[in-house]
Amino acid sequence: MLDCVENRLLTSRRGLLLGGASFAAWAYLPKFAGAADGRDPRLIVVILRGALDGLATVAPIGDPDYAGLHGSIALAASGAHPAIMLDPFFALHPAMPEFARMYRDMHAAVIHAVATPYRDRSHFDGQDVLESGYAGPGRVQSGWLNRALEALPRGERVSSGLAVGPTTPLVLRGNAPTVGWAPVALPQADDDTAMRLVDLYRHRDPALASALSQGLQLEKVASGDDMKPKGGNAVAQMRQVARGAAKLMAADDGPRIAALAFDGWDTHANEGGPVGRLAFLLGGLDGALAEFESGLGGRWRDTVVVVATEFGRTARINGTDGTDHGTGTIALLAGGAVKGGRVISDWPGLKLANLYEARDLKPTTDLRSVIKGVLQGQFGLSDRVLAETVFPDSAAARPMKGLVV
Amino acid sequence: MARDSHAALVALNRFGFGARGGASGDLINAASDPRGFVKAELSRPSGVLLEAPGLQSTPQLGQAVFAYQDQVKQAREAAKAAAPAETSLPQAPADQKPALRRNLSLNAVATEIAGQMAEAKPADNAAKSETMQPNMAVPPAAKPAPQPLNVIQKTFRAEALARLQRATLVECGFTERLVVFWSNHFCISAAKGELARMWAGAFEREAIRPHVLGRFADMLRSVEQHPAMLFFLDNQQSLGPDSRAGQNRKRGLNENLAREIMELHTLGVGGGYTQEDVTSLARIITGWTFAGRQGQLGTPGSFVFNTNAHQPGPQVLLGKTYEATGLGQGEAALADIARHPSTATFIATKFVRHFVADDPPQALVARLRDVFVKTEGDLKAMAVALVDSDEAWKAPLTKMRSPYDFVVASGRLLARVPEDPGAYLNNLNLLGQPLWSPAGPNGFPDTSAAWAAPEGIKLRLDIAAQMGARLGNNIDPLDLLEFAAADAASVETRRTIERAESRQQALALLLMSPEMQRR
Repeated sequence: MLDCVENRLLTSRRGLLLGGASFAAWAYLPKFAGAADGRDPRLIVVILRGALDGLATVAPIGDPDYAGLHGSIALAASGAHPAIMLDPFFALHPAMPEFARMYRDMHAAVIHAVATPYRDRSHFDGQDVLESGYAGPGRVQSGWLNRALEALPRGERVSSGLAVGPTTPLVLRGNAPTVGWAPVALPQADDDTAMRLVDLYRHRDPALASALSQGLQLEKVASGDDMKPKGGNAVAQMRQVARGAAKLMAADDGPRIAALAFDGWDTHANEGGPVGRLAFLLGGLDGALAEFESGLGGRWRDTVVVVATEFGRTARINGTDGTDHGTGTIALLAGGAVKGGRVISDWPGLKLANLYEARDLKPTTDLRSVIKGVLQGQFGLSDRVLAETVFPDSAAARPMKGLVV
Repeated sequence: MARDSHAALVALNRFGFGARGGASGDLINAASDPRGFVKAELSRPSGVLLEAPGLQSTPQLGQAVFAYQDQVKQAREAAKAAAPAETSLPQAPADQKPALRRNLSLNAVATEIAGQMAEAKPADNAAKSETMQPNMAVPPAAKPAPQPLNVIQKTFRAEALARLQRATLVECGFTERLVVFWSNHFCISAAKGELARMWAGAFEREAIRPHVLGRFADMLRSVEQHPAMLFFLDNQQSLGPDSRAGQNRKRGLNENLAREIMELHTLGVGGGYTQEDVTSLARIITGWTFAGRQGQLGTPGSFVFNTNAHQPGPQVLLGKTYEATGLGQGEAALADIARHPSTATFIATKFVRHFVADDPPQALVARLRDVFVKTEGDLKAMAVALVDSDEAWKAPLTKMRSPYDFVVASGRLLARVPEDPGAYLNNLNLLGQPLWSPAGPNGFPDTSAAWAAPEGIKLRLDIAAQMGARLGNNIDPLDLLEFAAADAASVETRRTIERAESRQQALALLLMSPEMQRR
């Protein structure tokens, strides 16, 4: 039992990702691309690792208990850096003007008081549940997005694959073939050396043969000029990864589905309010969304970006002006295919009696319902496939209707 | 003979850092008595310590950071007096820097280690100096011209160099592998901030190394009382809500360190603790901090117990009541957690997974767990039991070398003692294992799947090709193959190297061969 737990912990949280994010994408052109209605849907899943403070990102300013609980870091509708009112009750963090613009244009939505079925507070187990799509932590080698891919009708292989990320997020690992890419600059081994090594591996180490072959194939495609990291700060790198991903996905033969992960949301201390640590990170996320929009060009119309995190943080700030591990949080949707301009929430309230274990925002929406709604809206997956294969044992979490235009 | 060479390969690769080239004779020595070869290092406990000229203690290093931050602050204030101040907004354009990079962009941090961002460094984390809070936003500063490495970068590189040289020079490398294992188990991240970067090497030298062949409970206490860990997991900011400081400053608990002690350092997830236990342990270790620049609590940069910050009263943890004995309350709690059955299982499992197989043989795990329990956490006894086991010698060499293992093993085979850590650090950054900077408190992954991903292998090949291009001229690849594996090398590997079109290519292929990649 314990050994299984430990193994998951080590395999799933894949350590360092070059450029602050990894990116991977399906290598096949879906059959429905270019179908009769002209839609060519794209889906991007952004995992925020570390547990995003949903109450600090989309603040329930209209809840009378919010300001007291979030204390020194609470957002307010007035002041030097006022939060952006999304409706009379919820306000968006001021570091996210791009998301606010998409929201006003009805191309972005917020789902609040949402959580996966996981109810403990370990990052690593929480991320496993978020990415595996299973109801609880367990030793799993595939993610829900990969299983969704397996359920799609497979078209011809995309001729120009993608370059590579050193690791693939669990959400996209599994049987369906994927390729990855990460911005990196290094003089490359020549083809002849590479082929000799592939040949040696084929005889002696099939697993390495397969890995290296994939790595080589993908490398060729992403040698675009502006894909190399230029150093600089973390926020710029979030944008850069998004820009590279968008460029690859915008191609006619590019991948339709991608996943990437941003780290750093574990704001235990000095989280900051309208400015500060979380604000910088949210600014980076906002920039990444803008890069997706501009990089995808005309394809943005058919795109949904899902932003999700493993769990939320405590409703009340801790003793160090930060927040500890919690439960309910938010999910964000952005993209031309999103039926947006709304905060979707069955708001549980922040009175002590309404908090989960008297400490966290109580989840009232199952994150799986949100993701199922997106998968169904974008790709037409059936209730049954979603409840049995993509998110096993999740029939009770019905797909949310009407998320996609 | 082939059998002996194979055992030698297990001794050197599974337990150590691989055979050294040159005239070392490692493979022959290992073949004559494989177990004895591995265990020889265990009988020299002082050999695990790392003392090199110029490496300083944690308080000395902390004081150097404080002094450096003061300088930067003064320089900024002087500059500010000369020009009107700007304000920092969250929508800051791309050339402005967030103060905190923990977990976010280790690539940026890693680049910085390599000195490539030396010009931008002074503005990064400097604003936190008075309060030692690493997370505050800092105002942007104009980019100065490139300048020499600062004291923090220099220290980090010196620490890295000492570690790399040790790993390159030791005979088998088993104790160094144990250091790396425990250092990753109890990891901090240099990316947390200037103090963490400055302390990363000292943390390992002071809290890990002395106990690698000692007792787990001692290592646990040393780690959790080390300023680097207290800083990394925010405990220096955690105040007992009812303590004098908590009351005065209207601040309170931060449960970060307490949770990771139980989840990652000892019991493991599912090890039998609850949220109440996490909060309780957080209260118990309030006041575990380090003295700041003013030295009000003690020598600046040293561990201190701050009674004023400690939550008063007895606490219940894992069903047991710990009386209010100040520092002793937490030390008693840690001692009990160290001998908890869940800890024994967690540690034994992780240990066997690291050295033997991703899917660890359960009989061996059970045996090591029993050794851990019976010896009250004698880590040397556990290491000896591992070497004495049959499983460790019979299991096929399927584990992928981590990037660190790979770069060190390559350097050893090429008999090159590093004089500058730059190339090593760059390669580790590229391969996703920046030194002392894992993305989270759970450390770097320890499974083959993590290190055998397509891009990772492709990058290794690129690095091997670079090494081949640079060094291939001066070596005989077939000689190196003899040093590395002798007749344990496969026919195919030998043939591939023989048929290479150049020495450069042959070296790249040798470094990438399964014999060098698997352990």
